[in-house]
Amino acid sequence: MSTNGNGNNNGEVLKDGPNETGVEGVTGNVSGAGPSPESEPGSVTAGKAAPPPGKLTKADFSSDQEVRWCPGCGDYAILNSVQRVMPDLGIPREKIVFVSGIGCSSRFPYYMNTYGFHSIHGRAPAVATGIKASNPELSVWVVTGDGDGLSIGGNHFMHALRRNLDLNIILFNNRIYGLTKGQYSPTSEFGKKTKSTPMGVIDYPVTPLSLAIASEATFVARSIDIDVKHLSSIVESAAKHKGVSFVEVYQNCNIFNDGAFEHFTERTVRPERVLYLEHGKPMVFGKNRDRGIRMNGTRPEVVQLGSETGLGESDCLVHDVHIEDPSVAFMLARMEQPEFPQPVGIFRDVRRETYEDLLAHQIEESVARSGRGQLHKLIHSGDMWVVE
Amino acid sequence: MSAIIENPPAARERDVEEVETVTIRFAGDSGDGMQLTGTQFTNTSAIVGNDISTLPDFPAEIRAPAGSLPGVSGFQLNFSSRDIRTPGDQPNVLVAMNPAALKVNLPDLEDGGTLLINTDEFNKENLKKANYSANPLEDDTLKGYRVHRLPISTVNIRALQEAGVKLSRKEMDRCKNFFALGILYWLYDRPMEPTLEWIRAKFKKNEEVMRANEVALKTGYNFADTTEVFTTHYKVKKAATAPGKYRKITGNEATAIGFITAAELAGRPLFYGSYPITPASDILHELARHKNFGVKTFQAEDEIAAVCAAIGASFAGHVGLTGTSGPGVALKQEAIGLAVMTELPLVIINVQRGGPSTGLPTKTEQADLFQAVWGRNGECPAIVVAPATPAECFSMAIEAVRLAYRYMTPVFYLSDGYLANGAEPWLVPEIEDLPKIDVQFASDPATFMPYARDEETLARPYALLGTPGLEHRIGGIEKQHLTGNVNYDPENHHFMVLMRQAKVDRAAQDIPDVEVYGEPSGKVLVLGWGSTYGSITSAVEKLRAEGKSVSSAHLRHLNPFPANLGDVLRSFERVIIPEMNLGQLCTMIRAKYLVDAVPFSKVKGRPFQIREIVKKVEEYL
Repeated sequence: MSTNGNGNNNGEVLKDGPNETGVEGVTGNVSGAGPSPESEPGSVTAGKAAPPPGKLTKADFSSDQEVRWCPGCGDYAILNSVQRVMPDLGIPREKIVFVSGIGCSSRFPYYMNTYGFHSIHGRAPAVATGIKASNPELSVWVVTGDGDGLSIGGNHFMHALRRNLDLNIILFNNRIYGLTKGQYSPTSEFGKKTKSTPMGVIDYPVTPLSLAIASEATFVARSIDIDVKHLSSIVESAAKHKGVSFVEVYQNCNIFNDGAFEHFTERTVRPERVLYLEHGKPMVFGKNRDRGIRMNGTRPEVVQLGSETGLGESDCLVHDVHIEDPSVAFMLARMEQPEFPQPVGIFRDVRRETYEDLLAHQIEESVARSGRGQLHKLIHSGDMWVVE
Repeated sequence: MSAIIENPPAARERDVEEVETVTIRFAGDSGDGMQLTGTQFTNTSAIVGNDISTLPDFPAEIRAPAGSLPGVSGFQLNFSSRDIRTPGDQPNVLVAMNPAALKVNLPDLEDGGTLLINTDEFNKENLKKANYSANPLEDDTLKGYRVHRLPISTVNIRALQEAGVKLSRKEMDRCKNFFALGILYWLYDRPMEPTLEWIRAKFKKNEEVMRANEVALKTGYNFADTTEVFTTHYKVKKAATAPGKYRKITGNEATAIGFITAAELAGRPLFYGSYPITPASDILHELARHKNFGVKTFQAEDEIAAVCAAIGASFAGHVGLTGTSGPGVALKQEAIGLAVMTELPLVIINVQRGGPSTGLPTKTEQADLFQAVWGRNGECPAIVVAPATPAECFSMAIEAVRLAYRYMTPVFYLSDGYLANGAEPWLVPEIEDLPKIDVQFASDPATFMPYARDEETLARPYALLGTPGLEHRIGGIEKQHLTGNVNYDPENHHFMVLMRQAKVDRAAQDIPDVEVYGEPSGKVLVLGWGSTYGSITSAVEKLRAEGKSVSSAHLRHLNPFPANLGDVLRSFERVIIPEMNLGQLCTMIRAKYLVDAVPFSKVKGRPFQIREIVKKVEEYL
């Protein structure tokens, strides 16, 4: 057993008590430069001049930290989109908090010039819950990945969604563990060979959107890292949704799982293989808008539109994000390449009272009923008696 | 029997014997209401001015099969005309509502002790469930005890029927605990009124049940008064306690209102993240009742979410509090490490129970001290405090929050099952006498550095989310001194490890010296922490009355230790450390002070008896 766990007799440092000589070694540097200040680039944001009045720009949301994802990583595009959207939200920087867990994506908060908390593996939704419940005025963002959010943090993922706090959760799905160098994740395809599965993955993958819908999420969407315009609009919609919003982003890990989504995200094939969902619009895709989705009994099917089939856009399923019943959203979440075009966009957007509002109401109600708590009354109650 | 209720015949003259201290144990099936009966007797005893101390002892199963041995629930109460600190070593009186209760509890009853037995339950079936091959009422099992055989169930039901109570037989039978309570109220000369008031308030929505319980209590009292079962009844005079307002309080109640008070003193709202676990859940229940203080209780999906949410709340400026028992702490430790790294204030309540693993959920133990001090990866120091009595749970809650803010660090608050459920009188403080808790927030963007240090405490500045210009990032990766940037430099890491340790060590400057009860030096010092206080102090008091050179000291701060502890230890020839573990504090004391301290371990899920400690100390005199 280590004896310095209890502190004071850490040999050279601390002799017999906290005020003894040893501490001087530490305190001497308390307000000084400390060791090797040049070892990492950058300095704290604070101390910088306050942002100029007027609308903030993308640059105002970039921290001074050197971004350290692998060159070519999809994370750069996502960071870029989020930073682009931030000024349009009209929220002051100090009211924004980015919370993350562990993994490549979870470095995200360091690069945002807002408040940030890089927490522990899988637990970002729980940390964010405490932040949002404590201060509902803050705009709270959770950045997670397929391993962080769905594997080690699967439990918190589900409960954060069903509680419907007004959190914005962005899940970077690259179908691989990147930071630990290439093991399979809960979204890796069945049979995939990775470092930890040299003979192929033998567990069945989960679809993040299915899980989100099943967990009662009130806003569910999907986008693609390299489709900056679409991603930005989805991020903006997510931010504006009052209640929890969940956004899955297909993100390419060019080191350990390069091209995972290329077969439908690659620019030239994208129109034919991706279905852009739009509220109130028929589900039509293709460069020439010549294919659509319609119901065949209880199943969706892809149909050819045009004079040959006599089918038009009006025969296709019309997208409605506001349906309370999650069945259609769930069905869409299960559509996959190659049988279907891969749907992206907003799957579901419904209103429900938020956890933080309900909590605040209960507190207000309690105060209305019994008055603001008085310490004296609290302590001087119960089974009491007086000794003269 | 109705005649007894309506017009009790004049009480016959009985001998009245005055006694100083009585220990009663109520024991019955877990459905028999023994906890309630014990609590009512306790409240009434407190109201008449006795000193009190209680030990509820209930099974982990909510309702084990009726009449079975695992289903026995007990409540031990010590009441006295003098200052007492424990629920009593051995019951003088045992109330056994069925054969299983007798079987489980008889070995604890003192020789020659008094037995009140509900004979109605001693049928063939119940005897079999209690593994009695022969009826103990009929052989010499009870030889040497003063046995009162009372047909409680039948007399109770008959009385209720005659009083015209319109309830089913089963419902009427449920009132028999109040019948038994009535008997004891007569036997120990207690007023019935406080309990009658309680019954009226509790069952105001169900008048028939209210009346049934009232009748049961009164009938029990009158039954004892008019029948000649008892030749003597007893008086326990008021205790000579300091004047003032008192409240009967359990450790969990005191913990809950202590943290509400601490948050009010700090001027910050309280956020309690918790996951239900025995024996800590009552804290969650109690806090959830006080939303009008702005208290936010969050029942999380698991222990990890509970502590993480509390950390998030702390980051957002609330008093971040999480509470659990040992297994829950094991799950929370990684997150507590995060709070150490991010240097956020956080308090972790651990109401310790028997371990390891699920262990003994409803029994007490002190075996999580190492877990609190050393239970995380890396060099990960946290402050550790521990209340010594149920009432002290209040003041130590304030102390925990005070230290968490002053040093920007997680603080462990180690209660245990015995403190949590045990009750004692609490001399209620005045609000203006409570310490202030100073919470300072950084505000100046020009000088703000997330990991700069306060010269005195080494605490880093606390920036409230929402403050313009102080936007910064924290996290679990090693921080660069001053800037808080991610940093992997070996020199910086070494420096920061020392810094975090030095900061926690610094707290010693802010905690009171440990006090010695008895002479400041001598042959034996009995050192303790947590709920062993009562037994240790009473044992030392007894030995000192016999002229023995024994003193005691009790630690409320376990990391860091009070600055004078080394000097205190070295003033005695021998240090004995009784603990409900295998010598955890003892190991720490030996390692840190090179004192040849002796452990005295008891890990039975039960508190130390006074006489056990007396006997142990005598070995060294």
